[in-house]
Amino acid sequence: MRSNQVTFGKIDWWLILLYLVLTAMGLMNIYSASFDPVHPGILDQSQEYGKQFTWYCISLGLAFCILLLEGSFLRGIAIPAYIVCLFLLILVLLVGKEVNGAKAWFGVGSFGIQPSEFAKIGLSLMLAWFLSSPERRNTDINKLSRSLFSSIVSLGGYFGLPLRFLSLFSWTQVYTFLIIAVPAAIILLQPDMGTVIVFAGFILMLYREGLSGNLLLYGVFVLVLAISTLMLKNTTVELPLLGPDVPGKYVILLLIAIISTVALLAVLNLVIKKKRRRAIALVVTATLVSGAVVWFVDSAFEKLSPHQKERIEITLGLREDPDGKGYNIDRSMAAIGSGGVWGKGYMQATLANKSQKHVPMASTDFIFCTFSEEWGFMGSFTILVLFMFLLIRLIMIAERQRVPFTRIYAYCVASIFFMHVLVNMGMAIGLMPVIGIPLPFFSYGGSSLMAFTILLFILIRLDAERLDVLK
Amino acid sequence: MNRLDNRRVIVVLIFLSVGIIFSIRLLYMQVFTTKWSDRAAVISEYKMYTYPARGIIYDRNGKKMVENSTFYDLVFRASQFKAFDTTALATLVGLPVEEVKRKVKFARKNSYYLPYEFVKQLRSSQFEIISEQLFNFPGVIGQERTMRGYPVPAAAHLLGYLKEVDSSDIKKNKYYRARDYIGKGGLEEAYEAELRGVRGVQYILRDAIGEETGRFEKGKYDTLPTKGQNIYSSIDLELQAYGEYLMENKIGSIIAIDPQTGEILCMVTAPAYDPNLLVGREKSKNFRALQLNDSLKPLYNRPIQARYPPGSVFKVVQALVGLQEGVITEETGFPCDKSLVGCHNHPSAGNLYSALAMSCNPYFYRVTNRIINQRKAKSIFKDTELGMVTWTEYMKSFGFGTQMETDVPNVKSGYIPDTAHYNKFFGKGRWAYSTIYSISIGQGEVTVIPLQMANFAATMANRGFYYTPHFARGIGTKGNIPERFKQKHYTKVEAKHFAPIVEAMRRAVNEPGGTGSQAKLNNIVVCGKTGTAQNPHGEDHSVFLAFAPMDNPRIAISVYVENAGWGGSVAAPIAGLMIDKYINRTVSDTVKQRKMHELILLDRHVKRTNTGGLKQHQKQKAKNKAR
Repeated sequence: MRSNQVTFGKIDWWLILLYLVLTAMGLMNIYSASFDPVHPGILDQSQEYGKQFTWYCISLGLAFCILLLEGSFLRGIAIPAYIVCLFLLILVLLVGKEVNGAKAWFGVGSFGIQPSEFAKIGLSLMLAWFLSSPERRNTDINKLSRSLFSSIVSLGGYFGLPLRFLSLFSWTQVYTFLIIAVPAAIILLQPDMGTVIVFAGFILMLYREGLSGNLLLYGVFVLVLAISTLMLKNTTVELPLLGPDVPGKYVILLLIAIISTVALLAVLNLVIKKKRRRAIALVVTATLVSGAVVWFVDSAFEKLSPHQKERIEITLGLREDPDGKGYNIDRSMAAIGSGGVWGKGYMQATLANKSQKHVPMASTDFIFCTFSEEWGFMGSFTILVLFMFLLIRLIMIAERQRVPFTRIYAYCVASIFFMHVLVNMGMAIGLMPVIGIPLPFFSYGGSSLMAFTILLFILIRLDAERLDVLK
Repeated sequence: MNRLDNRRVIVVLIFLSVGIIFSIRLLYMQVFTTKWSDRAAVISEYKMYTYPARGIIYDRNGKKMVENSTFYDLVFRASQFKAFDTTALATLVGLPVEEVKRKVKFARKNSYYLPYEFVKQLRSSQFEIISEQLFNFPGVIGQERTMRGYPVPAAAHLLGYLKEVDSSDIKKNKYYRARDYIGKGGLEEAYEAELRGVRGVQYILRDAIGEETGRFEKGKYDTLPTKGQNIYSSIDLELQAYGEYLMENKIGSIIAIDPQTGEILCMVTAPAYDPNLLVGREKSKNFRALQLNDSLKPLYNRPIQARYPPGSVFKVVQALVGLQEGVITEETGFPCDKSLVGCHNHPSAGNLYSALAMSCNPYFYRVTNRIINQRKAKSIFKDTELGMVTWTEYMKSFGFGTQMETDVPNVKSGYIPDTAHYNKFFGKGRWAYSTIYSISIGQGEVTVIPLQMANFAATMANRGFYYTPHFARGIGTKGNIPERFKQKHYTKVEAKHFAPIVEAMRRAVNEPGGTGSQAKLNNIVVCGKTGTAQNPHGEDHSVFLAFAPMDNPRIAISVYVENAGWGGSVAAPIAGLMIDKYINRTVSDTVKQRKMHELILLDRHVKRTNTGGLKQHQKQKAKNKAR
């Protein structure tokens, strides 16, 4: 065992500091959000703040324990941790207690443990281990970076050769997908959409590890296409000159056709003959895929249940129902907006707290409202800046590693934090649909606080021995 | 691996772009727009208004004309609703069960936070019975509302009434909110701002269930209501009620003015209605009945809205102008030449007194002819046009044809034709005095409103000037009235020319055989002038104009009684009774009083509306054309 003196000397105190500041703000904020004048004590175990304080102490204990562990041990437990997580996820489906329609909790007295929060840790360790193994990194056939894009293009070029489909993906890509998809599928059964969406954030880590960057662009492109399809869904546009009213869907398809034609003409006239075949294939594929996306989004939307449709329509601003289906978002935005520049003052919220009850789930999913209402733009901006610092610090730590394991793990942590901030804050300010996931260190909940603590301190511990690992 | 190292930049840029987008969004939401803070106010606060008592209107002797009486609205707060027995509630408030159910359902669906009006304006006696049971019906609350009450059921038109504001009121004045009350018509409308006061507001915080959780910013923005100011009016309520009593079953108006101040002592319109009809639950039903289902138009405020031809009374004005212009003297005589204009049979007037006493039409045809055609231009048309300008100016100086700036709304102006009118009607240079002569005897285009006639009586009493007639004696405090009511308006006729006319008016009442002898009083010298306004639709309107006493007059009065025949028959005795009542505070001639009170003239109105009226109108027109 190495001397702890050396280890502690290399600890990233920035992360520790950010952790302490954010958790302190979070605790203080929960006290305000769920304050009960009958039980004012901050340690009162009948209240959320009392419980959260207990979880905080446990988390600090866990953090200290993790710092005492060996890096090699942490790397070694990746597979067992992953398997334990899968086991717990299956177990919770069988014996878990149902809260708000999701079977996601193990009940222990008045406390509940949410295995899906901890699954993020197991999954991150597993991904780090799998993607950092030497055989994954050395043979080309196994590389993550195999270009999906070029494969698609060749598919377009050699239409009618189905066998080539198998070589579209590398084995690494397939395995990685399975490592993420298996726990995601189990979690979807709870159902807990939020955690699954957080897993989607791993694409950033995969991108850093060599996944084709075009995939990100495709993702953005598909997203834009899907959103525009939905936005134009219920509108009709009058065609110039011709006159008839055309549904929005066909307008987009028409635009795609026009752009493709122009692109095709450009290819025929500007691209040299040698590359022309490939370019034509690209245009044809892009056109077909775009059309398919529009068609799919349009018909898939119709298949959704009415309340899911309404949720999406409210987020896109196509429907206003401030006291009905859009209640959560309406109250959340009213609370944040009413904070003004300086806020209403600590414990002075008039919407987002337990006594006013206007903002639902003000201590968990909508905890950002309480803080923004009481501290105004100064407060909400401060949280945003602190999280940005945290994310950038995580990337800096990742990039200073000599071993891929820690770097991949750090990117996993950054991706997870990023998705939580993106979805939770985005939801509160009306830029994202309502998806219930916690804001790290702020939302009430022992599982998420502990999970985020462990996630972060494993990284701190691994990072502390970055110089000890020779490579 | 180096190839991938730059990707960290992309990842960081993705993070930062999200950070920047969120920052801009937060900045917009929290700093640059009030959209969401307004929304928050709607959600979490409600304004509780406290309404001050509306000012009271007193008469000139300190009697309450209008006071406040408390009514209760039953409102339903859906947020505090717990299931209750709707049938029991229906029996309690006296509504059909279906309606109660429908209202509860509607309120729970559409008016969760705002109290929904259930039953309006219960009298406090009714509410006392209901309130004991209300605890059985959680969510149903009694809300106090102050309404008006009228101790003496008189003066409905000049007081006006209160109504709930409608959208156009709210648009006109941002102060008002739905369900507020606003004064309409009469003094309630004229002094709305003073009477109303300013409501107070409390900003109350409420939680998602709608329960009160405290005051916004600890009551920093709360305000107290400001009490409405009292209005001290110039009306003599006793005289007003007496006038209404006399005018029962007749159509017409009585206006009395204190000539020394311009204060209106009474303004009676007939038919009248009990102002208490327009208060309480039955208000809208009653209002509809008064407005639509009554051919006598009881809502019509005749003293300021009805336009009549002034008739013979106008001859007095012509005489005054003639004296001022020097075209006649007291001793001027004209033969009664019926070829000029029709007249009744009487000897020719040898002087102004007998001309006035006999109300000779050809005489005043000649007087006005001299006023207008003073040979200032060679062309007769040009001369008439010049004279007409002078004549119109004289008429307007008496307040005729102008809108009097009194303090109640909807005052009509009457009409005095001018050169522009005739130039438009006949063409420039195509009319002369012979075309327009009927103005000299107060017929033709000339119309006046009864208020202007009363004002003319006051001008006579003052020998040449008047104060704008008004109701205010004090706004808030006694004596506080707008400056415009303190200004003397002089006519273009000098005081000295009034003496002979006043003398003629004295004779008309006090000498045996005078046309206005029915207005004669024992201890007071009344000066008066009868008039008979030709009515193309039926029996002539009886007009009487008077002031008293002759020296130091205290009351000037005009009485119009429609379809009552000639001026001396009905209008004069009523004027006499009114003057007696005002100055002596008691009426000596009770026989006359009973006779006038019991006189029913409404049937004449009904009978003669269509048939004879139209024919006579056409005859009159043909006659005018022939000349």
